[in-house]
Amino acid sequence: MKSRVIQEESDPTTSAPADAEPSIVEAPRSANGGPATVVAAQDITRQYGAGETAVHALRGVSVDVAVGGLTAVMGPSGSGKSTLMHILAGLDRPTAGDVRIADIQIGTLGDTQLTKLRREHIGFIFQFFNLLPMLTARENIVLPLSIAGQKPDTAWVEELTTAVGLGDRLSHRPSQLSGGQQQRVAIARALVSKPTVMFADEPTGNLDSKTSGEILTLLRDSVSGYGQTTVMVTHDAHAAAIADRVLFLADGLIVKDIGHSTAREILDALEEVTAA
Amino acid sequence: MIGVALKGLLGRKLRATLTGFAIVLGVAMISGAFVLTDTLGKSFDGIFNESYKATDAVISSKAVVGSDTGSEAPAFGDDVLSQVQALPGVRVAQGSIEDKTRLVDSDGDAIGNAGEGIAFGIPPSADQSLNPLKLVTGQWPQGDGQIAVDKSTADKEHFRVGQTVGAFGEGPIRDYRISGIVRFGSVGSIGKTTITVFDLATAQTLFDKVGKLDTIRVGANPGVSDAELVKQITPLLSQTTQVKSATAQAAADSSETQDGLNIIKYALLGFAGIALFVGSFVIANTLAITVAQRMRELATLRTLGATRRQILGSVILESVVVGLLGSVIGLFLGVGIAAGLTALLKATGVDLPDHSLVLSMRTIVVSLGVGTLIALLASLRPAVRATRVEPIAAVREGAVMPASRFARYAVPTSAVVGTASIALFSYGVFASDVDIKTRMVTLVAGVLLMFVGVAMIATRIVRPLAFVLGAPGARFGGSAGKLARENAVRNPSRTASTAAAVMIGLALITFVAVIGQGLKSSFSDAVNTLFVADYSVSAGANGDPLTSKAADAVATAPGVSAVSQMRSGEAKVGGKTIFVTGVDASLTKVVDVEWKSGSNAVPAQLGTTGAFVVERYADDNSLKVGSPLAIETPTGQVIRVHVTGIVDPPKGGSPFGEVSISNAAFDASFANHDNEFTFVNVDGGPSEANTAVLEKSLAGFPAAVVETRDEFRTSRTSDITQTLQILYALLGLSVIVSLFGVINTLVLSVFERTRELGMLRAIGMTRRQVRRMIRHESIVTALIGAALGIGVGMFLAVLTTTALSQYGVVFSVPYGTLVVFVGIAILAGMLAAILPARRASRLNVLEALQYE
Repeated sequence: MKSRVIQEESDPTTSAPADAEPSIVEAPRSANGGPATVVAAQDITRQYGAGETAVHALRGVSVDVAVGGLTAVMGPSGSGKSTLMHILAGLDRPTAGDVRIADIQIGTLGDTQLTKLRREHIGFIFQFFNLLPMLTARENIVLPLSIAGQKPDTAWVEELTTAVGLGDRLSHRPSQLSGGQQQRVAIARALVSKPTVMFADEPTGNLDSKTSGEILTLLRDSVSGYGQTTVMVTHDAHAAAIADRVLFLADGLIVKDIGHSTAREILDALEEVTAA
Repeated sequence: MIGVALKGLLGRKLRATLTGFAIVLGVAMISGAFVLTDTLGKSFDGIFNESYKATDAVISSKAVVGSDTGSEAPAFGDDVLSQVQALPGVRVAQGSIEDKTRLVDSDGDAIGNAGEGIAFGIPPSADQSLNPLKLVTGQWPQGDGQIAVDKSTADKEHFRVGQTVGAFGEGPIRDYRISGIVRFGSVGSIGKTTITVFDLATAQTLFDKVGKLDTIRVGANPGVSDAELVKQITPLLSQTTQVKSATAQAAADSSETQDGLNIIKYALLGFAGIALFVGSFVIANTLAITVAQRMRELATLRTLGATRRQILGSVILESVVVGLLGSVIGLFLGVGIAAGLTALLKATGVDLPDHSLVLSMRTIVVSLGVGTLIALLASLRPAVRATRVEPIAAVREGAVMPASRFARYAVPTSAVVGTASIALFSYGVFASDVDIKTRMVTLVAGVLLMFVGVAMIATRIVRPLAFVLGAPGARFGGSAGKLARENAVRNPSRTASTAAAVMIGLALITFVAVIGQGLKSSFSDAVNTLFVADYSVSAGANGDPLTSKAADAVATAPGVSAVSQMRSGEAKVGGKTIFVTGVDASLTKVVDVEWKSGSNAVPAQLGTTGAFVVERYADDNSLKVGSPLAIETPTGQVIRVHVTGIVDPPKGGSPFGEVSISNAAFDASFANHDNEFTFVNVDGGPSEANTAVLEKSLAGFPAAVVETRDEFRTSRTSDITQTLQILYALLGLSVIVSLFGVINTLVLSVFERTRELGMLRAIGMTRRQVRRMIRHESIVTALIGAALGIGVGMFLAVLTTTALSQYGVVFSVPYGTLVVFVGIAILAGMLAAILPARRASRLNVLEALQYE
């Protein structure tokens, strides 16, 4: 799979490349033009239940996600990584603490405002793809736009579908596509509205290793090519190896925060945090 | 987003189709009722308008009191005719007699039913331009040996000009030579009636109207308006005569037909309403299940930026589209049914002018509007629940539907709804002094609320009911039967609302069955108490009057020891319309009268100034023996009588009107001299030989029916039986609608349990066992519906019979019929399971196991 994005490699740690499509809502930048924070969590805790049976999924997590990079969140089962992502994405509310997405304090938002925020700033990629079975691949891709009542930009959709490698499968329904193809549709769907931040929840969790590799390449390319800020939850070290930054959670706390690493280094780090 | 909803619908065609049927049948009934009655109404309007085509004004008799149907108007003197002819505005006027006569077929049997044979007396030599009857062949009848008959009857019975046929009106049967064949306007006859035309003088003699006329048709001179003509005629007329412009007369003639059609129309619309009410349960339940099954999809839409309002809209839109499509199909199906029924009527010999089906704008608007609105309303609750799906459900494994905010209030709410419904219903049946409209509205509202209340509480009682009703299946159905029972209670609210739809139809059917049984048994009790005669002679079960000449003929039969004649008519006393009965001295020999005041001597001593009244009427009007009564009759006369006796007839029915007078007094002041009842005692009592003797004496009266007490009772209750059967059929429609609900729920459950079914098959369950499991679940659901329905129906019947106990209606359970209903419920459950069971048994085991 050779996509156009690959030839447009640029340094993912800097701001979005000049030739990237402008976002619908410009990602916030700091005064000096350096990388700005698109998602910020301050001291969040999340508790399920109460009293003796209470489960503390998060025990005080603070994290900033900078614009343009790919952040992987890792950790053993039950470490709270999924909860963290749900809260950062505004799907779940913290028991305590503040979350800001694109400089908007989401703790106080009502359902309609939160929905509007999702429309404008957030894209999702799911472990089980979550495509609508009755819609074709193309219809699934442009769904976020039609929900928002916007007309899809044909050239942009064209570019996206080529980039994710779906050119000739656009009129197929999800049931006629392989798992990898379905996830490609899901990635295109997440990118179509040029969100401020894209969340991926175990994007390779339901795929074989070869397909996983392809999907990870595609994800990496979209971060690099479009400067798409992405947060990915995964328990797969190979997946985390494409990230610019890897956060490790254990027992509801961030225990390690490292930059781009190899799969081997990540496995060692995971071993270390799990043992601790 | 609209596209998403519509695409979703296309992706679930089977479910949409089954849901749509819930609307189709109800709407078909609405449009069918409208189209059929509109078409028939237009046809009859056409007939009546045509009958006065050349006429400008019509003079006719008018009953002073009572309804048009209940009282016979007296004929007026024929001197009016010459006076009218002398008026300056009148070009031509033709007087005629209109009465009843039936023809006899080649086997000697009367043609058609009583009341379906009309007679015209027409002057043969006069100007026939105003005559609605047109001569097809032959001549107008002349002299007392000739008649003309209508073309439809002539065609059916193969009558020809010159042939001799029997006809009878008031008197015994007589032979006439057919002088001509006529038609009514452009049609052979009016509906199913037979028309017999006599020479005017013959008709006057035959119907005791010598020197009298029933109708005068008037044609105006050129330039004289209808209003002017009516104005000129009016001063010539008496109290019991009226003049109307031809247009007004046509409208009046057709209004009776239109009233009859309206009753049919509203009855059918009522049943359509019930079917749609059941349909709304089916739709709501189906949507609730799909919303639960599509939860991840809905949550995904929310993560992609769909607002709650959009989710709400998409669910409602889906339902509205199904409703609209179902309504369109229903509209055309209804037109088809109406076309079929019209053709059927024509095929069974009802003569109607050829008229294309009337599909009015109102029919289209109401059919589509009601069907769509029902679908919309039914979708509201599931749609609101769909908005409660949180976006996080898109990523969470095994997320379950959030409980409805109102779920925990279900018990108190259903208690409130139930109490309110009982209060409304009780007010409807028990309250006195409320007008019929208020009564109907409260009754209907009460019943509908009761269904809603029971449906709400049903969730809680599904489990024990399923345990009991599923026991036979669990006992004899092996593991499949046991699993079926468990499956039925897996999602109690789903089973409850599916069963609730079945409940509605069965509750109403049970209600009619119990009330019908109550009416029958109270009527039978009354007959058993009152009827001490050996025989009844009547014109059959419909209560049609029989000429008193038949009673005279019976009296001459050998061995007859007593004949008692009873006549009936409407009259006014103190401004209120009541029934007056004419009786004779033999009454007490044939009817066991229970006297509150007076004795069996009273009827013989009535004379022309005595009267006896029923106790309820006496109590209501503070009447005692000696109280005076002024009775205003349809002929305009006022009879002054005083009370000489008070009777207490059984509540289940009696031959007595509020006031009874002697036949002599009756005949002097009522135009109708026919008998409602004729009772006969014969030496030796009822026997085959005596029956034969009576029948022989009645040979000249083909309409007369001789019945013993048992035969009388059976034939008089047969119309209750018949009415019940019609009601069963009409209510059966709503049961069919609810079956679509059962099918839908099962199909969706099978879909949901795909993986589980695969597992069961993998560990050794045969296809046959899978089918049995689904079938048993279906039967258990249907039986829960039947149990709830029979319970609710009995409860409503208890309230109603209690309220009607003053009319002798008793609460009497038709056990046999209820057993049949349960049998039908089981059968219905089996039918509903066919499709889902087949789907379940055909699942590919491997694919089903991998299904997620």
